Amino acid sequence: MGAFSGLSDRLSHIFSKLRDKGKLTELEVKGAMREVRIALLEADVNLGVVKQFVNSVSEKAVGEQVLKSLSPAQQVISIVNEELTAIMGGTSSKIAVADKPPTIILMCGLQGGGKTTMCGKLAVMLRKQGKKPMLVACDVYRPAAIKQLQVVGKSADVPVFEMGQIDPQKIMRGALKEAETKMCDTLIVDTAGRLHIDNQLMDEIAGLKRNFHPDEILLVVDSMTGQDAVNVAKAFNDVMDVTGVVLTKLDGDTRGGAALSIRAVTGKPIKFCGTGEKLSDIEVFHPDRMASRILGMGDVLTLIEKAQNAFSEEEAKEMQRKMREKSFTLDDYLAQFDKMKSMGDMSQVLGMIPGLSGKLKGQDVSVDEGKLEQNKAIILSMTKAERANPDIIKGSRKKRIASGSGTTIQDVNILLKQFTQARDMMSRMSNMGRRGFKMPF
Amino acid sequence: MGIFGKIAQGLKKTRDAFAKKFYSLFTGRKLDEDFYDELEGVLLSSDLGVEATDNILSEFKEECFRRRISDAEDAKDLLRSIMADTIDYDIEPYSYPLVILVAGVNGVGKTTALGKLARFFKDKGKSVVLAAADTFRAAAGEQLEVWAKRSDVRIIKHEEGSDPAAVVFDAISSAKAKGTDVVLIDTAGRLQNKKNLMNELSKINRVVEREYPQCDYRTYIVIDATTGQNALSQVEAFDEIIDMDGIILNKLDGTAKGGVVFAISAERELPVVFVGVGEQVDDLLEFNARDFIDALFE
Repeated sequence: MGAFSGLSDRLSHIFSKLRDKGKLTELEVKGAMREVRIALLEADVNLGVVKQFVNSVSEKAVGEQVLKSLSPAQQVISIVNEELTAIMGGTSSKIAVADKPPTIILMCGLQGGGKTTMCGKLAVMLRKQGKKPMLVACDVYRPAAIKQLQVVGKSADVPVFEMGQIDPQKIMRGALKEAETKMCDTLIVDTAGRLHIDNQLMDEIAGLKRNFHPDEILLVVDSMTGQDAVNVAKAFNDVMDVTGVVLTKLDGDTRGGAALSIRAVTGKPIKFCGTGEKLSDIEVFHPDRMASRILGMGDVLTLIEKAQNAFSEEEAKEMQRKMREKSFTLDDYLAQFDKMKSMGDMSQVLGMIPGLSGKLKGQDVSVDEGKLEQNKAIILSMTKAERANPDIIKGSRKKRIASGSGTTIQDVNILLKQFTQARDMMSRMSNMGRRGFKMPF
Repeated sequence: MGIFGKIAQGLKKTRDAFAKKFYSLFTGRKLDEDFYDELEGVLLSSDLGVEATDNILSEFKEECFRRRISDAEDAKDLLRSIMADTIDYDIEPYSYPLVILVAGVNGVGKTTALGKLARFFKDKGKSVVLAAADTFRAAAGEQLEVWAKRSDVRIIKHEEGSDPAAVVFDAISSAKAKGTDVVLIDTAGRLQNKKNLMNELSKINRVVEREYPQCDYRTYIVIDATTGQNALSQVEAFDEIIDMDGIILNKLDGTAKGGVVFAISAERELPVVFVGVGEQVDDLLEFNARDFIDALFE
């Protein structure tokens, strides 16, 4: 990324300078705060919010107790961390459920924020939680928006209700009837992107709120939004009284300052965030974890959760036993590829490991998905006996496997070597950790 | 309505917010520290970013001092010309055959901008073909098709999920065969840190360079005016892959000021070539720095 380093890097850098010092003077803290101000502004945190933030941190940081404590820099960092978390709200929030179904979730926001995709992600998430969601196509303006929602609905495996480009009120009435016959308990309503200053369109969406009393009104905001985020959020909140905010495109290299601004201005919780192109790339928003991520302190909790979602407990135990006894086979290796993929983008996962997020910047840590597929093809071209006992794979077998998987003998060799190394390392690791050390998955 | 009027109308909301702040800032004030602080605040909250704000402010202060300007109202024109100078570039006129590729992150309005570009060249009496090389996003091709109909131009489209470089190849072959003046290439939105997708873009770029070396080839990055400082990172990453020639600044009809173009200009010297000021097919205008600034201040 070169000169363009993230807020976490920037703050880490500022505070690594502070860490080197035993004691801090008031002047030094003030100097650091000036840099925090710049870093936050460059992260697109709203100017007003920045001022307020810097003031409250400075006030706490220059207090007697901090300056005289043994590790003042550490104290300042934890104050910054606490304040960031406080601004982003206390705890995470869930989706409200209607007393009498269906629950209506209304999505709103500017053009291009990612509403349609987010509808699909919410649908997948709710379906996994045992709900029966239905998507409702109320974006009657953008060309092909309905078609897009249909495609999204198909890959999310949920029904999509549309009536073409007619009055959204009529579509909603139709959708409610349809939900009853299809026994759907949740309606996720996609609406057209609109400017917060477009009175006519704002009236239209206010009408949906008035007549259908949605249980959730979610404002979808692009996490790359600049200073204007506060104006947009405020305008939508004034008209719609939104119940929560969804941040999209957090998988970019954005520093996500919009999150801070919106929360500070509207007081509404950020509930979810979109973190990738796939429909499963949605996460519950955890303010405390986000603060840690911004500060470059890693996000171990999310990492463990991701691993837990990918591996069941039995699977993990079985895996540990195999590692210990060195009976780990190529079939297990194959299974791991799929788990890795379901954990999501590797560079993102690695970024959650404490101490790594800063160091990884600028390095290519992306896992080549094509390579993963190739390795899968190689293993799938082996016989059962070969997978269970890779040692028998010699010259002619390699040749057959290579031609079967459309690769070269070199590719097969590389895979086998990687496998042996992984197996040896894992057995060493698990033996080392037999007492006390427990794998997170 | 002249070009200026159209921009001024399109930028009305942009202008309202910006101009109001400037008006109160420059009326009956002395140029003291409070004034500079406030000016800094206005520039920062217009997304100019810390660096561009510092640059503009220090040049402004210096000139005020040199010319012995002490009254804020006299300083207004000075600030105007300093700001316009930072984003004013000479842009080489188009020659034909012309290929324009638009790229950018998700949701900035690439497809819409391309649809409007089609009308722009059509109105100049040029023949146009659209290449629907966003084969990734659901229904992106259909969306472009609607725009093609609106402007009555041809479109080359493959199935969803097919190779975008192949679409571009076909569009160029077709343009050559039919002697079409302008090829406009829509690409899938991609976040700048997604390596695989960025590589795909460079493949599309290679196809154009290899298959159509005789054309006037321009690459534009589309930027959403509401975007903050992340736009810098976007420009940097795309520029590294396919040497961008200019910016299309979209969605200027909101309250966002698009001030980040000053930051981009300070760092990359990349000119804005078009601005999008609405949802109608003719709401794409050629950028003019003076008009842009005038519209902001008037």
